[in-house]
Amino acid sequence: MATRASEQLRVLTGHQAVAEAMRQIEPDVVAAYPITPQSEIMHYFAEFVANGKVRTELITVESEHSAMSACVGASVAGARTMTATASQGLALMIEIVYIASAMRCPIVMAIANRALSGPINIHCDHSDAMLGRDAGVAQLFAEDAQEAYDFMIMAQRIAEHPSVLLPVWVNLDGFTLTHTADVVELLEDELVKEFVGEYKPRYPLLDVDHPTTQGPFALPEYYFELKRQQVDAMESVPQVLLEVQAEFARLSGREYQGFFEPYYLDDAEYVIVVMGSTAGTTKEAVDTLRARGEKVGLLKLWLFRPFPREEIAAALEGKRAVAVLDRALSLGNYGPLYLEVSSALYEAQRRPRLYNYTYGLGGRDTTAKQLEAVFMQIQEKTFGKEMHYIDLRE
Amino acid sequence: MANIKTLAKREEEQVRFGWGHALCAGCGIPIVVRTVLNSIKEPVVVANATGCLEVATTLYPYTAWNVPWVHTAFENAAATISGVETAYRALKKKGKVDGEIRFVAFGGDGGTYDIGLQALSGALERGHRFLYVCYDNEAYMNTGIQRSSATPLGAAATTEPPGKESFGKHRHRKDLTQIVAGHHIPYVAQASISHWQDLSRKVERAVSKEGPSFINVMSTCFRGWRHEAKFTTEIARLAVEARFWPLYEIDEGEWRLNYVPEEPIAVRDWLKLQGRFSHLFRPEEKKDVLAQIQAEIDRGWEELLARCKVAPTV
Repeated sequence: MATRASEQLRVLTGHQAVAEAMRQIEPDVVAAYPITPQSEIMHYFAEFVANGKVRTELITVESEHSAMSACVGASVAGARTMTATASQGLALMIEIVYIASAMRCPIVMAIANRALSGPINIHCDHSDAMLGRDAGVAQLFAEDAQEAYDFMIMAQRIAEHPSVLLPVWVNLDGFTLTHTADVVELLEDELVKEFVGEYKPRYPLLDVDHPTTQGPFALPEYYFELKRQQVDAMESVPQVLLEVQAEFARLSGREYQGFFEPYYLDDAEYVIVVMGSTAGTTKEAVDTLRARGEKVGLLKLWLFRPFPREEIAAALEGKRAVAVLDRALSLGNYGPLYLEVSSALYEAQRRPRLYNYTYGLGGRDTTAKQLEAVFMQIQEKTFGKEMHYIDLRE
Repeated sequence: MANIKTLAKREEEQVRFGWGHALCAGCGIPIVVRTVLNSIKEPVVVANATGCLEVATTLYPYTAWNVPWVHTAFENAAATISGVETAYRALKKKGKVDGEIRFVAFGGDGGTYDIGLQALSGALERGHRFLYVCYDNEAYMNTGIQRSSATPLGAAATTEPPGKESFGKHRHRKDLTQIVAGHHIPYVAQASISHWQDLSRKVERAVSKEGPSFINVMSTCFRGWRHEAKFTTEIARLAVEARFWPLYEIDEGEWRLNYVPEEPIAVRDWLKLQGRFSHLFRPEEKKDVLAQIQAEIDRGWEELLARCKVAPTV
């Protein structure tokens, strides 16, 4: 069994960490199209291809729509397939993302989260990721480059698990994670290859002796049942994730136990729920306030889809107040993450007061000081239930 | 070159496409598909754009396809097949797949001239080894005879109908075959369901190429063109005789005209056979529109003659 001694410490950007994971996994086919802030992943990977470090066939398509279409073609053909994108690219892909899920294609996708136009903007928020909320993809959010690297490797196993067979998105905050360097522990190449194993598709299109018809026309007599199969596949993700996390912990020594990371959560009375790199900033705020004796904590969500309703409810039940921080809008209602959390808490006996904040749209920076203020605001019982905005000029 | 007996024998040995598809009796598309598939000796994998062919042949849980077949969406058959073909190369390199396989994408004119043009162009430029076959019936027939950029000037379409202020489609059709030729791929051709032997030979040429190839096949739709179903191939043949749809090929950059009508018919006589042009003839003949259509045909023919070596093979 591998030990941590075999790992290598490297200073890498989020992009490099993701590209290294892709190099080690060495998929059969990658199809991708340039978009800021995803492009560097593909630059690194294209160099791996050019220098023979991977035997992957790289398809440099003419759009993200074709990237996703080529990925589905390659995946149904029987190839282990990956791609990476962001923002408008993901928006252009999304028609085919739904189809990839329905055709049960285990395509791992790195999403360098970036705000959707308009106005056009290249910086981080999670509005692109929310496009996949109902698309039938499992979604993980990374706090840092290490998590992005680890999730890419785990995602492969989750996606290809026989009871899942769905696309998996690994979300990492554009620029904040993709373009900043961090210390990342890489696993040995062989260990990663062993961990992800060989992809054995059940019904590869290229099996010409056993022809299959893939992507047929389904009318009311069958469509509903086929969608229900996707529901079952998605519902099997949490258990598979736990198994994969346990195995990954033995391999790497890094413990990911569950669907979110609790930070001073157990005895906290006031909690922030957040995804992505802002969890790191929130930890700083928690540390500052804990030093002052404030009972504050963080629930950093890793698994956004499928949404771990029961576990979230159990973790937040009995808290005095919870602020759910959304880095995306669902125009016309509260933010998407808030809606998930509030729905999860509906069955709870001792529901906390629940508040929704929108933060960081279009890459607006969010500071620990601002998050300290959030912790203080939600302690006021009279604090308004309307949507709150962090650092917004009204 | 495969003759009718060879094609029939191949279909006896392996029916690649058949069994209860729901395409209209009198539809041109199955003629295209059977001729294409039976003209290829090697195992074939097919990708299909959304359209009549896809809808009418894969009504779950049934299928009319006895070769591997994939459909994802409307605008991306070329991108989808490029993924399949790339997977084939990747897996072959790793020894996980062996044997020769040919890759064919089918799309209608809507899925090829219009919404699928970008994906097609990208796949051609990247050089995947695949044959793209467009069955061109000159409108969105599956959704109800809406105009596409392949619809000819003067034709009635449900989204550009003739009326008091209109004679039907106001623009000439796009010349997709020449757009594809601009990609300088190994093989490009124009063919018709009426000249199956020419189509069959072109398919053989196409799949022998190491890179991409494209065949644009005139395929009549009696529902949209409004003629009797029994005239399907005859109407297509007359399109060739009227020089409306010249049969030609561009083989490794060499332009060849495959058929020169001895006594070309006036396009007027071809249009008159189709209900979609009936408003050009009554209540009174729209001579100016007919003249425009004939002039465009003459212009295209002269342009083609200037480029081609005349080498009739039909």
